[in-house]
Amino acid sequence: MPVAGYELTHLQMLEAEAVHIFREVAAEFERPALLFSGGKDSIVMLRVAEKAFWPAKLPFPLLHIDTGHNFDEVLAFRDYRATELGARLVVGSVQAAIDAGQLTEDTRPGASRNQLQTPVLLDSIADHRFDAVFGGARRDEEKARAKERVYSFRDEFGQWDPKNQRPELWSLYNGRHRPGEHIRVFPLSNWTELDIWRYIAQERLEIPSIYYAHSRETFERDGMLLAVTPLTQPRAGEAVVPRQVRYRTVGDITCTGAVESTAATVEEVIGEVAATRITERGATRADDRVSEAAMEDRKREGYF
Amino acid sequence: MAELLRVATAGSVDDGKSTLIGRLLYDTKSLFTDQLAAVERTSRERGDGYVDLALLTDGLRAEREQGITIDVAYRYFATPRRSFILADTPGHVQYTRNMVTGASTADLALLLVDARKGVVEQTRRHAFLASLLRVPHLVLCVNKMDLVDFDPEVFEKIKDEFRHFAAKLEIVDVTAIPVSALTGDNVVSRSPSTPWYDGSSLLHHLEELHIASDRNLIDVRFPVQWVVRPRSEELHDYRGYAGQVAGGVLKPGDDVIVLPSGLTTRVAGIDTYDGPVEEAFPPMSVTVRLEDDLDVSRGDMIARPNNQPTVGQDLNLMVSWMVDAPLRRRARVGIKHTTRSVRAMVTDICYRVDIDTLHRDESVETLALNDIGRIALRTTSPLCYDPYRRNRNTGSVLLIDEATGTTLGAGMIL
Repeated sequence: MPVAGYELTHLQMLEAEAVHIFREVAAEFERPALLFSGGKDSIVMLRVAEKAFWPAKLPFPLLHIDTGHNFDEVLAFRDYRATELGARLVVGSVQAAIDAGQLTEDTRPGASRNQLQTPVLLDSIADHRFDAVFGGARRDEEKARAKERVYSFRDEFGQWDPKNQRPELWSLYNGRHRPGEHIRVFPLSNWTELDIWRYIAQERLEIPSIYYAHSRETFERDGMLLAVTPLTQPRAGEAVVPRQVRYRTVGDITCTGAVESTAATVEEVIGEVAATRITERGATRADDRVSEAAMEDRKREGYF
Repeated sequence: MAELLRVATAGSVDDGKSTLIGRLLYDTKSLFTDQLAAVERTSRERGDGYVDLALLTDGLRAEREQGITIDVAYRYFATPRRSFILADTPGHVQYTRNMVTGASTADLALLLVDARKGVVEQTRRHAFLASLLRVPHLVLCVNKMDLVDFDPEVFEKIKDEFRHFAAKLEIVDVTAIPVSALTGDNVVSRSPSTPWYDGSSLLHHLEELHIASDRNLIDVRFPVQWVVRPRSEELHDYRGYAGQVAGGVLKPGDDVIVLPSGLTTRVAGIDTYDGPVEEAFPPMSVTVRLEDDLDVSRGDMIARPNNQPTVGQDLNLMVSWMVDAPLRRRARVGIKHTTRSVRAMVTDICYRVDIDTLHRDESVETLALNDIGRIALRTTSPLCYDPYRRNRNTGSVLLIDEATGTTLGAGMIL
């Protein structure tokens, strides 16, 4: 680590802060878990976690809530990375919950399984008695998230109460909770989309191929570019056009849009991200467009 | 690569704070077109006569409905020189609690005054809280200069008045800048309307401010956070003490003392995932190996034998009280200090500070929500601490309700 005049770069400072958070949680909680989806933010989060406990292994398992509508490339990457780290991977399956009759799927056009993730996540937390769950959410993503704490307290229903959050001062985190309650922890709270990409470049992190430009059959819907997949089919009047695209976020296929791009390397992606004038979620996530407070409403119900 | 500057702003909409933040974000290309479109749409739907940039940060449903800011909002922007984290705290509801929270991590406090009104009660409160939290730098933005015809006398008068007040507060570095957030004068670049002003624009000042020496690089303080024991074949004997450096510069070979036990040894090495380092300083997160196999665990503090923190159970604190139920003498509270959690009993409520007049009221018996006051307490076991003015990391504590887990208040050790 090059050091001049006892100064750290802003990425080093963000990393040091996140490492501190990981260690606090590992030390003060009985059963933490790290939400790992194979998406870029969780890939960065996982690397920081590796650094926090090195040369020992991660002292907690990875947790993924699989909607059953994930990109194959991303699931393959998730499994590969978990194996590489020798980490235990716990998967909560939305499809299994639907098959078992525990959840009813909204099959109307335009519906996504986003809503269904929350009960499966809460069940997984309860089944495994997780008392702290790390998420890769960032405050720059969305305005409700801009107000969320690093330690986000959740009651026994997993609910977030934005008007009644614990004040968070210095680097002193209060993780007190009672049985049944838990804390969602966001070590990357202060990172921006650009920081994530710069860190991916700095650490030479592998990421799923769909984050880089590739050719896909796409169509436009509600101002978003969707890929033609078994789950997302064009309706009458929606023209299918092959385009060079990449994904800025990787969520449920049914509600995640692509952006037109020629960026084939991490440096080229950084160039595009630095120049873009549309937020990551504004460009690509139908789930946040439902209303001005869509994210807040989902978080209140227990979503990340 | 750029370093990071943490800024806390405070004030009400009337001061033009949201406009100023909106302009900083917009002019550094950190404000996105879809965010702006959403704000314009909401302003229109609400029937506002203007685009209310406060909506950019007022993300919660209740905030948007009531047109108020409830909570600290964090905004991010960057220039090629630096990255910035802006903790934007509301001027009305829960004002003290939020300002204290935002200021606790800030390198710089940004205060706004309306050039037509000058230094008002709220300005003095902001300055007091910034000094209480020992924010090392303060910028006074004299805003709406366009409405006073960029009159240098108005600016100088406000500047002098503020300096006179700030002199009582031990604020080390105060810079006053005449700006107009609305028209952009002196926000990003120097304005031709203020030829009499020879200082920097606000953004230039934020970019160039020297903050490296704000940290305590003298007193070695390393609170042990986590013991790294790989328990694997090849690393069978590895035992490292992980933590974030809270003060000083730690080097391999240094003589160290482990507190509160008082055992001494030497630093064998300082490890990170990216390889060993020759020096560790704040705020680096590292893993320290010691030469001798001592009993060291979370909550212990590593320091130098000739430069130790105070180890004790009786603390005097300035407290910012953050909940409705008042703090009384003999209250039992949980304390979190560095990586150590203990219990404590409040032995005395010494006085309450009137944050408008700075007057000390020694007749009070309790501290109420949003009060600032001095208390004494005794902890169940020793803490290794420094005065807050010497080190923000080893001089700060949280007061916690042991029954509910709620954070009750923030304390700065005297």
